[in-house]
Amino acid sequence: MTEASTIAVSAETGAAPGGDVQQDKPRSLASDAWRQLKKNPIFWVSVILIALFVLMAVVPQLFTSTDPNEAILQQARERPSLDGPWFGRDIQGYDIYARTIHGARASILVGVFATLSTLIIGTALGIIAGFYGGWIDAIVSRLTDIFFAIPLLLGGILFMSVMPNDQNTPYLVVVGKVVVVLAIFGWPGIARLMRSSVLQVKPNDYVQAARALGASPWRIIRSHVLPNAMAPVIVVSTINLGVYIAVEATLSFLGIGLTPPAVSWGVAISDALVGIRTTPHMLLFPSLFLSLAVLAFIMLGDAIRDAFDPKSR
Amino acid sequence: MTTDTQTRKSETPATSQYKPVDGLLLEVEDLRVEFHTEDGVAKAINGVNFDLHEGETLAILGESGSGKSVTAQAIMGILDMPPAVIPGGQIRYCGQDLLTMPEEQRRKTRGPEISMVFQDALSSLNPVFPVGWQIAEMFRKHRGMNKSDSLERAVKLMQRVQIPAAKERVKAYPHQFSGGMRQRIMIAMAIALDPAVLIADEPTTALDVTVQAQIMSLLQELQEERQMGLILITHDLGVVADVADKIAVMYAGRIVERADVFDLYRQPAHPYTKGLLESIPRLDQKGQQLAAIGGLPPNLMRIPAGCAFNPRCRYAQDICREERPELLTVAPGRESACHFAEEVLHG
Amino acid sequence: MAEPILTATDLVKHYPIKGGVLRRTVGHVKAVDGVSFELLKGETLGIVGESGCGKSTLGRLLMRLEEPTSGSVVFDGIDMYSQRGRAMRKLRRDIQIVFQDPYTSLNPRKTVGDIIGEPFDIHPDVVPKNGRRKAVQDLLDMVGLNPEHINRYPHQFSGGQRQRIGIARGIALNPKVLICDEPVSALDVSVQAQVVNLMEKLQDELGLSYIFIAHDLSVVRHISDRVGVMYLGKMAELGEEDEIYGRPTHPYTQALLSAVPVPDPTLRDKKEQIVLKGDVPSPANPPSGCRFHTRCWKAQDKCKTDVPLLELRPDGVGEHPSACHFASPREVIETVDVSDQEVVFKAEVRDQASFEQPQRVGEGTQES
Repeated sequence: MTEASTIAVSAETGAAPGGDVQQDKPRSLASDAWRQLKKNPIFWVSVILIALFVLMAVVPQLFTSTDPNEAILQQARERPSLDGPWFGRDIQGYDIYARTIHGARASILVGVFATLSTLIIGTALGIIAGFYGGWIDAIVSRLTDIFFAIPLLLGGILFMSVMPNDQNTPYLVVVGKVVVVLAIFGWPGIARLMRSSVLQVKPNDYVQAARALGASPWRIIRSHVLPNAMAPVIVVSTINLGVYIAVEATLSFLGIGLTPPAVSWGVAISDALVGIRTTPHMLLFPSLFLSLAVLAFIMLGDAIRDAFDPKSR
Repeated sequence: MTTDTQTRKSETPATSQYKPVDGLLLEVEDLRVEFHTEDGVAKAINGVNFDLHEGETLAILGESGSGKSVTAQAIMGILDMPPAVIPGGQIRYCGQDLLTMPEEQRRKTRGPEISMVFQDALSSLNPVFPVGWQIAEMFRKHRGMNKSDSLERAVKLMQRVQIPAAKERVKAYPHQFSGGMRQRIMIAMAIALDPAVLIADEPTTALDVTVQAQIMSLLQELQEERQMGLILITHDLGVVADVADKIAVMYAGRIVERADVFDLYRQPAHPYTKGLLESIPRLDQKGQQLAAIGGLPPNLMRIPAGCAFNPRCRYAQDICREERPELLTVAPGRESACHFAEEVLHG
Repeated sequence: MAEPILTATDLVKHYPIKGGVLRRTVGHVKAVDGVSFELLKGETLGIVGESGCGKSTLGRLLMRLEEPTSGSVVFDGIDMYSQRGRAMRKLRRDIQIVFQDPYTSLNPRKTVGDIIGEPFDIHPDVVPKNGRRKAVQDLLDMVGLNPEHINRYPHQFSGGQRQRIGIARGIALNPKVLICDEPVSALDVSVQAQVVNLMEKLQDELGLSYIFIAHDLSVVRHISDRVGVMYLGKMAELGEEDEIYGRPTHPYTQALLSAVPVPDPTLRDKKEQIVLKGDVPSPANPPSGCRFHTRCWKAQDKCKTDVPLLELRPDGVGEHPSACHFASPREVIETVDVSDQEVVFKAEVRDQASFEQPQRVGEGTQES
């Protein structure tokens, strides 16, 4: 009963703003969403955090002049202090602050590229399945189910043990492998989401109108289906970016993601376990940064979702 | 059918603490409702007055955004607050103001005293419970009946609203019924506790015309048999003409005209009502332009100054843009909120 | 005038019902089941019927948004369903559609200029690229919208205005036939009349032929030259507007007309309403013989076995096509008739009601 009444209320009040059009500014849905976002403090907190992490990844020198690979063994396990190395040193004598700053690059790279690749593969397959339907949909959907059924960690361990890294593997190849693993096991989620989103958009009369005008399938997808079906995928991808950073750390922690000499938060956390009782600060700082980065992307995703979801307005 | 009805009526003891005085059930006085949204304040209802007597059918006629459904929801007390705010007014049921009543007490009026039928029966029924169980719940919750007694009553009610094979279908789920049958089930639930006031919010809008006729005649029959006060909320001038005794026409959150149904159709006293009646396609106008009302209903966040209808009105003068016309008596039993009501009525 | 522009012959559309684990076809929804008619140049053919009668599917078949199970549509001498690729695209210019719901028929992420300009993007040879903005603004002007609003988005307009935008898109390519699928049902009464007037104006100016699909019988009557009544995928009756409304011979048409609420309270007890039993049966399992026999008061054994053909049957004055074995005319009260003898009736009905000015009876509806 209450549900019916809220529908009725929104129908009556919803009809009202369209009643006459006074303001002359064109207001697209995206600009409405932006207006909403601007007012959300969580959005700004997450944006500032993300900006900081991206800056760390691109120009770590801005934050530290210390070489992360410079080990001063005599000062190993030094405690954090305001005048020494801020975050102290680990058991190898590395400056933890420098290594944490430099570790951002691996996380951001993996996060961004894994997200982009899952987005591209997932969106493309989801659209094809949802738009064309029939046997194409059947094949794509079964394929999605198969990949869904393989646990990410199991797949990651298998993949990495088939193509192991060694000391001479270039940094980007190491990162690339992690991206590939995440992309292979990450796209089905996006594809499923995209497919259902397309299925919602497809029956709309504006899609039928375009068909009636003789528009090609490509044109319909490009100018009608895709723009209207993207919102949920963008939200989930933003959240996924944070998740991928966490997964990268997990893989690295298990020794099957990034491996030394690559510097990353996951590697640092893994190293810290050796002396968790004697040098807890080794664990604290990379974990803190990792959590903040993951949190920032998840908060951003939530903020975008709120802005795009008309029901929350 | 009548004997059945009488016996059932006596089965339901009148436990009500509310007694109408001179048949007066409901008085709505200067009711206001606002919606506070991000974009501003939408004034959905701006001072609505009417009353309802036993056995009377009052039609509230209006277009989308006129505030007719919000009025119904305010009476039922099912507005979502926030965003809705009721800054003023009274809704008196048998002399007691529902708006100032404690929530606990007010909840007890929903069902036994005032109840409502919605437009969309499918979304108003719970899809996971059998319909009989849902009707029976009314008796269990409000009358404290046991399971078998309440189910028996549910079957009787389903028979009363003319659902074929009610005994067999009492265990069926909402999706197994057609739209018309679902609306009958909604009506059965609404009248289960013998309410004194029944509000029907666009009860037939979602239905086909042949089914609409069945539902309207059922509602009318029930109303006569139980002497309920019926508030019929609709935009359909045809349905109103068929069943209403009195009409209140709403525009931009106010009642602009109120009259007996025969008088209003014969001779509208407000330009908006007149425009509505003229915009119905008629035989003698075949091949001609329909007499449409120009323009659009106002945005409730920016209701025009003076008379809200003035930008669309062909009678509008300077005074209409400055001074808001009150709902005044223009002839015996006729009220209109127009500065030029006399001209409209006689011109 | 009397030259057909579009001829539908025996159109059938069955949707398979899939069931079971193997998604096998277990039955068919017979949405449209053998419908034939002609649309003449410049005329409006109204199609009425209740939900599930197949009128919207018919519209989509005529637009070739769906492929028919069988049957043909010939437009201007061209067999529509045998056209492919470029030829079909060219044909689409001539047949366009206006949808019911003004809220889903416009892409919310496009400006009005983009929406109305899309036909020109798809058919670039219609208007040269530099003339498109002007063409769009002309269209806006033609449908009664402010041409300066070209950069606005659909949600900035009301329902009636959005329907005008949909109409502008429909007429952009200068079609010959416009299929209107419930174009005013979602609109408020006062706005409905505006849109109906606009459609009539455009028909006169552009020489369009309309197929006007709707469930509102009085609007259909106002705009149509001929009317077809559909029931469960079949055409029950087809004829001139006054034949259908004035002397219908099919019981379904008679019941449908009698059920329409008349906006005149004085006719309340006077009109004889045929209240049909039950609901429309499912199109997945339509009754045998005449599909209306389960609800018909005239039904005989013959109706359960023999499908009545849509053929000329006498209607009291002349004859027009009706698909009933026992077709016969029946008096039907006009939708709103304000002729002189009606006034006498009104006075009788309302004998002692408060009746101040009897000389003004009917005035409210009479003047325009």
